[in-house]
Amino acid sequence: MIKAVLGLALLFFSITIVICLYRAIKGPTLPDRVIALDTIGVNLLSMVAIISLLQETTAYLEVILILGILSFIGTIAFSKFIERGVIIERKSDR
Amino acid sequence: MRINDLLLKTVVRIVVFIILTLAIYLFFAGHYSPGGGFIGGLVIASAFVLLYLTYDLETVQKGIPVDFKVVAAIGVLLAVGTGFGSVLFGVDFLTQTAHHFNLPLVGDKELGTVMIFELGVALTVVGVVMTIITSIAEGDED
Repeated sequence: MIKAVLGLALLFFSITIVICLYRAIKGPTLPDRVIALDTIGVNLLSMVAIISLLQETTAYLEVILILGILSFIGTIAFSKFIERGVIIERKSDR
Repeated sequence: MRINDLLLKTVVRIVVFIILTLAIYLFFAGHYSPGGGFIGGLVIASAFVLLYLTYDLETVQKGIPVDFKVVAAIGVLLAVGTGFGSVLFGVDFLTQTAHHFNLPLVGDKELGTVMIFELGVALTVVGVVMTIITSIAEGDED
C-alpha cells in the first residue's frame, strides 16, 4: 500500500518536473524561468527523499542537503541578476 | 537605487554556519561513507560564494582576510608532504597508516595520516575555487 502511494507520488513529481521544464524553456520572461528552475530543484529534492524511503536507506540524506544548498544559492544568484544585473558586486553603494 | 534585502542578509548569516557545519561533517564522514576532502572543500567554497553573493567583495575580504592562492598552496604542500613523509619511514610514496586511539569524551577512534592528506585536498579545492570565482567577479567592469 505505502509503496504504491510512494510510487504514485514519484510519478506526479516527474510530471511536475516536465511541466516546469516546459516553463523553463518556453517561459516568456526571465522570472518565469527562475521560478521554474527553483521548483525543479525542490521537486528533485522530494524525489530523492521518496526514493530513499522506497529503498529504506539513509545514504541519500546528504544528497538532499547538498541539493538544497545548491538550489538555494542558484536561486539567490538568479534573483540578484534580475534585480541588479551583477551577481558579485565589488562594493555595494549603501 | 536603494534595495532592501534585510531578509536575505539575516537568513544568510545563519545559513552560512549550517553549511560550514555540513562541510565539516562531510569531511569527517569521508572515511567510510560518501564525503571526503574534495566534497567538504566544495561545500566550504559554496558557503563563501553565498557570502560573496549576499554582501560584496570588499566587505567579505575585510571579514575573511585570507589570500586564497596561499590557501591553495598550503593545501598542495600538505597533500604532497604526507606523501613524502612516508618515504622518510622507508615505505613507498603516499603510503598511509592508521592507528586506534582512546580519546577522552569521544572514546575509541581510528586516526590515520590520510586525514592530513584529505585536509590538504580540501584546502586546495577551497583555494582554487575561490580564486577562480573572485577573479571572474573582479573581471566584469562596466
